[in-house]
Order: sequence, then C-alpha cells, then structure tokens
Amino acid sequence: MEKELRLMKGNEAVAEAAIRAGVDGYFGYPITPQSEIIEYLMDANPAETTGMVVLQAESEIAAINMVYGGAACGKKVMTTSSSPGISLKQEGISYIAGAELPCLIVNVVRGGPGLGTIQPAQSDYFQATKGGGHGDYHLIVLAPASVQEMADFVELSFDLAFKYRNPVMMLSDGAIGQMMEKVYLSPHKERAKTVPEWATTGKPTTRQRNIITSLDLDPNRQELFNRKLLAKYDEIREKEVRFEEFQCEDAEYLLVAYGTSARVCQKSVQLAREQGIKAGLLRPITLFPFPTKRINELAGKVKGMLSVEMSAGQMVEDVLLSVSGKVPVYHFGRMGGIVTTPEEVVESLKSKFIGG
Amino acid sequence: MVQFTGIKEIIKPENLVYKKTNIMTKNILSYCPGCGHGTAHRILAEIIDEEGLQSEAIGVSPVGCSVFMYYYLDIDWQEAAHGRAPAVATAIKRLLPEKFVFTYQGDGDLAAIGTAETIHACNRGENILIIFINNGIYGMTGGQMAPTTLPGMKSSTSPYGRDVKTMGNPIKMADIIASLPGSYYVTRQSVHTPANVKKTKKAIRKAVQYQKLNKGTCLVEILSNCPSGWKMTPVQSNKWMEENMFPYYPLGDLKTPKE
Repeated sequence: MEKELRLMKGNEAVAEAAIRAGVDGYFGYPITPQSEIIEYLMDANPAETTGMVVLQAESEIAAINMVYGGAACGKKVMTTSSSPGISLKQEGISYIAGAELPCLIVNVVRGGPGLGTIQPAQSDYFQATKGGGHGDYHLIVLAPASVQEMADFVELSFDLAFKYRNPVMMLSDGAIGQMMEKVYLSPHKERAKTVPEWATTGKPTTRQRNIITSLDLDPNRQELFNRKLLAKYDEIREKEVRFEEFQCEDAEYLLVAYGTSARVCQKSVQLAREQGIKAGLLRPITLFPFPTKRINELAGKVKGMLSVEMSAGQMVEDVLLSVSGKVPVYHFGRMGGIVTTPEEVVESLKSKFIGG
Repeated sequence: MVQFTGIKEIIKPENLVYKKTNIMTKNILSYCPGCGHGTAHRILAEIIDEEGLQSEAIGVSPVGCSVFMYYYLDIDWQEAAHGRAPAVATAIKRLLPEKFVFTYQGDGDLAAIGTAETIHACNRGENILIIFINNGIYGMTGGQMAPTTLPGMKSSTSPYGRDVKTMGNPIKMADIIASLPGSYYVTRQSVHTPANVKKTKKAIRKAVQYQKLNKGTCLVEILSNCPSGWKMTPVQSNKWMEENMFPYYPLGDLKTPKE
C-alpha cells in the first residue's frame, strides 16, 4: 500500500502514527508543548476504528503507571509528555525498566529546570540517556529531527521495545513537536492479536502464573538480574546504534548534534564551507546507544569537534568519552528555549578552533 | 469424642475438616502471627476458586506488608509502585475488559501516597475491585503513623499519640469513595471472628459478581489488626480493634446498588 502524504505538526504525526501502528493504548496528561498529541487522539477517537484505548489520566504519575499495567498485559502502550511531566514519570519508568516491560515514552522537551519555559530545549539529555529514575537502567533513546521521523519512530520504538523488553524514549523537542512539515504516513496496521508469553492476561491451566515485578529482596538474585540488564544493554550497544553523517568525508571539523540542533547544523556546515572551513555533521539518531565507535573513528580524521545542543552541555560528555582525548571537543548551545542559529554555530566553531 | 491415636489417624481423609484452597500456593505466608492479611488472602482465594476465576483474574499488589501477595495466590499478578495500583488496574481492565481485575492495598498505599490514583479510578468508575486492608498503621516499615491512625494512637512517628492539631485527623477513604458517582458498591468489614469472616466473604463475592456488570468500582475495606505494629498479642489487638477502630470506622455497607 502507498504511503499517504499530509502536512502535519510533529505532535499530530506521533498521534496519527500511533493509530496506524496498531497501538493498543495511550495514557497521557496535558502539558505544553505536546498537548496536541492527546487532543488529536481524542478527536480521532480510534476506539471506534482500531479499538485503541485513549485515556486522559489524573496526573503524569497515573499515566505512566497505566502504561506499566498495559505493558504488563503484553499490549503496545505509550505515553507522551514534556520535561516537567517526564520528571514526574521517572518513578514509573524505573519500575517499567526493572520489570522489563516494552513501551514508548515521548518527551517533547521544553527548557528548564523547574517549570522553566514552554519553548524548545534539549536539556533532558542526561535524564533520558543515563537512566532518569533510580537504579541502574537505560532506556533506548531515539532522537527525531523531523516531523517524518516523529511519525516513523513510533513503529521503530515498539519494534525495539518488544525485541529487547525495554522501554523506549523518543526524545523530541518543542520545535519538532510544534512545526509543520510534510509527512508520509504508513498504511494502517492491525492491532496485534497475540501477546508475548510473559504477559499477565489471566492464568490458563496450560501455563504457570505470570508475575510482573521489579522486586527481589535477595541481593544475590538482584545482582544476577542487574547483570542480565547489563548484558541486554551491551547487546543494544552492539546492534542498535543509528546515526547519520553529513559531509563528513573530507571534514576537518565535526559538528555533533541531534534533533532540532542537527537541522540547524546542516545549514552551519554549508555556511562554514562557503567560508572555506571544511565542516561536517554527525547526527546521532540513537542517543542510547550512542554512536561512540564512529565518533572515535572520526576523531582520528578531524582536528576538533563541537557538540551543538540546546542545553548547558550534556551530550558533549558522551562526545568527550567517545573521542577519548584524541582531539579537542567543545560545546556550543543556547538555553532557556532559544533555538541556536546556523551563524552562531559557525562563529563558535571559528572562535574555538580557528581563532578570531 | 473421637480419640486420635497419632498422625496417621489425623491425616485420614475422613477426618479432614479444613484444607488449603486450590488457589493458595504452597509458599509460607510472611505475615506476623495473628495478622488479618492471611485470612483476607484465604477468603479471596476461596472466591476465585469457587467462582472459577483463576483464568480470568489479574491481581495488582501494593507496596506494604502484602507486597509479596503474588507468592501466595496462584493467578497472574502485577506488582505496582507504592500507591499506584488503581492506575495500573485501570489500564489492565481497559485493555482486557473481560477479565477480573482487582487491587489489594493497605492504608498507607491507598489512603496516603495513592490517594489521587484511588479517588480518580473510583471517580471514573473503573470496573475493578479494590480490597483495602485498614490496620491504622504502616506495618511493613515498622509501625509508623498512617493517615488512618486513630487520634491519640501511638506509633513510631507519633510516639506521644497522634495529635490531630498537628498531624491531622484519620481519613475515612471508604466514605469518600462511597460519595463518588463512579463507585458501585462500598462496604467495610473485618476478619477478626468467624462470623465476620463469613460476612467479609459474602461482601467480596458480591463485589466480584458486581464487577461483571461493568457498573463501576467496588471497594471492600477490611479492618485488620496489626499485633506487631500495635505492640499487642493477637487477642489483645482484636479486642483493641473492636473497642477503638469500630467506633471510628463502623462496619457495614456504605453504598449498595439500587436494585
């Protein structure tokens, strides 16, 4: 079947893609700049077509625990929010990771800390990629840089979530969530008729009871479980790294940027080259797993790297670890909800590496 | 009177007066001697067995003394975060509307940290059963004050007795829930005498049957003793419960369906 072309906001694209991907349940709570997702779903009323459950919870905390309950039934379930709301969800996300449940959490990031601003930012990188809640765990983190990717990553997220029994976070931002672009939507997929064997759906006589929990008071068994998680994360690091390169072949200076910043940096690469500076861009698509190996390889070919983020400098720490001291690495970014301009990035590149 | 001569005599099938229900597992209960949790578990297990609900039932256990409830009943279980069981159960029931979905929560879980989840699940009229064990104290963490702790009652965080001026008054969650249009059947029972066990079993059976009607949330509150937390013997604690808990939390139906 052919893909359908539409002009949509990133937030709307997530909602429509969820219906088309055969998602079983959405549980959310309104927060700017992502409320269009639940509004779109309520308006589309997929209960009447695909049977998808859409529920406005009493809080972000309730919403993520609904995701826990639905995921534990083996269903494709998701929630969406923005930074302050994602903070509230962290307890539940930790339990979901601890119970090894698949789900999708979308964070349309806004500036912080605290109530911050409703404008776009990339200041939740640490929270998304380093765990976020308590305990040793990782989410798989996908960073869309377009409305198209906000749509496409819904299905990809569920594929990865079920493959690894691990929660997936789509780390977007207020710019991609709010901007309108053309998007090719996948044809409708039917909701799954079967659930994985570990799902709690009522115990038939043919199997043992299924128990979904993240609790084990025996330290030896708990450590074994921690090791199992580590092995899973290692496998994810091995197999699921995704990134995109832009004019890296002959680059002397590498920009590393994801999401909205990567869109800006494409233009910066062009502007820099017009001024005779051979710049290139590496755009991580997965933030966990991070493209460590590739960045380390490129560190042997370039004179320096600039991590461009709408934050005080978070991803730059992963770039530094990847580069492992081979070349200088700097950070450039605007904060408070300000989107970096391409010119600013070029100026920063020049001042840090070339002088003047 | 039958004279037993030894263990072989005792275990003869014709001398059997009481046995484990099919739904209870062989795991040894972690509860303190004399605690009401074991009896409440047993009642629920008997009803699941008698109503043929093993393949339909999905239980959600709380954080608290009954956190390990999934060890004891041979059905599918989910262990929720502290206070969040009604939200977890909401999604299970919405996604699997044909199933029998229940939560089992203590007073710290349901009436303190999970107040919002409890009230809103009931207010939406989620078709779930909430079993609420109220012993007026945090048992698992060692006897701290709960929202349900009685005025003047001593606990490890109210060592001079609960002073309502600074610590607030005990909250009557079942009464609040009964006032919501979304609730269908709300009752308060106890399991401290055989007669009360029978009444509680009758109440839970009703609630299980009501759940099939999809007409709203059912809540069965069970007042329970906590001998360890109250620092009493089981017999003393049951007497104390009758004399002190029952006047504040009267037993009986708070809301019954209009038939």
